[in-house]
Amino acid sequence: MIHFENVGLRYGMGPEILKDLTFTIPKGSFQFLTGPSGAGKTTLLRLMFLSLKPTRGLIRSFERDISRIPVTELPMLRRRIGIVFQDFRLLDHLTTYENVALPLRVRGKEEASYRKDVIELLKWVGLGERINVLPPVLSGGEKQRTAIARALIDRPEVLLADEPTGNVDPPMARRLLNLFLELNRLGTAVVIATHDLGLMDQVNARRMILTDGRLDLYE
Amino acid sequence: MSDRPAPTQAGSGQANAARRREMQVRPTGPILPPSNIQGNALMVVIAIMAFLACLTLGGVSMVRATASSWQSQISREVTIQIKPDEKLDMEKSLARARDIALTFVGTKEGRILDDEATARLLEPWLGAGLKLDELPVPRLVVITIDESNPPDFTAMRAMLQDEIPQASLDDHRTWVDRLVSMADTTVLIGMGVLGLVFTAMVLTVVFATRGALSGNRHIVEVLHFVGAEGRFVASEFQKHFLKISLKGSAAGGLAAASVFAGLSLWQRHAVATPESDQATALFGQFTIGFSGYMGVFATMIVIALITTLTARFTVMRTIAEIDSIRSDPARIDGLANG
Repeated sequence: MIHFENVGLRYGMGPEILKDLTFTIPKGSFQFLTGPSGAGKTTLLRLMFLSLKPTRGLIRSFERDISRIPVTELPMLRRRIGIVFQDFRLLDHLTTYENVALPLRVRGKEEASYRKDVIELLKWVGLGERINVLPPVLSGGEKQRTAIARALIDRPEVLLADEPTGNVDPPMARRLLNLFLELNRLGTAVVIATHDLGLMDQVNARRMILTDGRLDLYE
Repeated sequence: MSDRPAPTQAGSGQANAARRREMQVRPTGPILPPSNIQGNALMVVIAIMAFLACLTLGGVSMVRATASSWQSQISREVTIQIKPDEKLDMEKSLARARDIALTFVGTKEGRILDDEATARLLEPWLGAGLKLDELPVPRLVVITIDESNPPDFTAMRAMLQDEIPQASLDDHRTWVDRLVSMADTTVLIGMGVLGLVFTAMVLTVVFATRGALSGNRHIVEVLHFVGAEGRFVASEFQKHFLKISLKGSAAGGLAAASVFAGLSLWQRHAVATPESDQATALFGQFTIGFSGYMGVFATMIVIALITTLTARFTVMRTIAEIDSIRSDPARIDGLANG
């Protein structure tokens, strides 16, 4: 589904922060991406999201070499990937419902066609009572679940989550993890970037460990 | 997500009703936040630009109408002037000149200015009580012509010269040419002012759009991460600026139209007062007519379109720049490291 081959990346004229990364994210797989702070986890997620070009190496996304894809086609590929940020990136002037519906709105869908699905998903993530609330009044966990719901609403084939449990207490972290596992059970490949060992110990999943720009895989 | 767990059922009818109320969502708000201070300032700038553009357009149309009315009045008549000569019987020559002119197709009637009328014409320079017999004063024949089918002035001039060497024909061409040239110059100046106004407006909108993009950069980023295309983002900004420009240009256009309507009304009600006469002498009639008001309306639409298109192109270009910076690791200025 996503394949990296000898991928390297440096910012500006600085040192290479990702070196010779070679791995595949198989369809329907579940993996943790971990490593110390500043190891390049977010950068790697951005590479997977096609938001950043590698300095060298080959990235194939959905069987296509991304270096050969016209810039105008990239949004179409990104739509097959959901992404959740540690800092949520919600729009404060839109309600929980409108934030979650945003991906469908940018795809040009009519509101009547997705209203029921959005409300159902919000209930599924436990925000059924908070649909008309603006993000500034939501708690950290609620914001995180809104961001996750937004990433899931168009049923992505891959979900990339950057420290999704970084701002929540352990019970909420467990609840969110169950949400990702449930999603994975429905066929979505999940990559969770985290350095929360406790979270990783709860699931027997592949671990991708970034250290000094190199990646080690533990199946 | 068909196998998502079903929502918990509420225990009572009252609780269900309360829940249904909560499930109602508000009408979807715009992706860009509604107007802010910057938007209001831009609206005022567009209103002023629209006001100036419409005022210029109305002014040009007014000058053209006045010049055209003068031109029509002047070209309705030609004058034959006969200079006095010892050998010439003036009265006979005047009658002959009139008859020659009236033989041409396109002339309507001929009128010899009698001594009294000639004396009245010269009164400002030579004073009252002038005796024309004592001075070698040229005499005039005024010929009214059909404006839509004017006579052949060259042939008329040649024939008059042959028959009466002291006669000369003045078809007022010099005056008409000057008026046409004045009207053309005014139109050119008006177009220049309009061009400057539109250029200033386009530049203002470019700056405002870049400012709005910069102020809403977080929204552009979120839209990028939810898979929005550049076109979609541009159309959102375009909608935002269309609303602002429509309001601004409507306000400016209506203000300009009100100025013309107000002045025209004042001129009509203040006929024969010194102020009104002075204004009429300087600017002509303030009426710009139906076509003038249509011009004002068209200017409002053009301004709204220019603003919207400028915003669209600016957004498309800026989004491409943002995408390029964001995706290029060699450009570390726009990055969030991880």
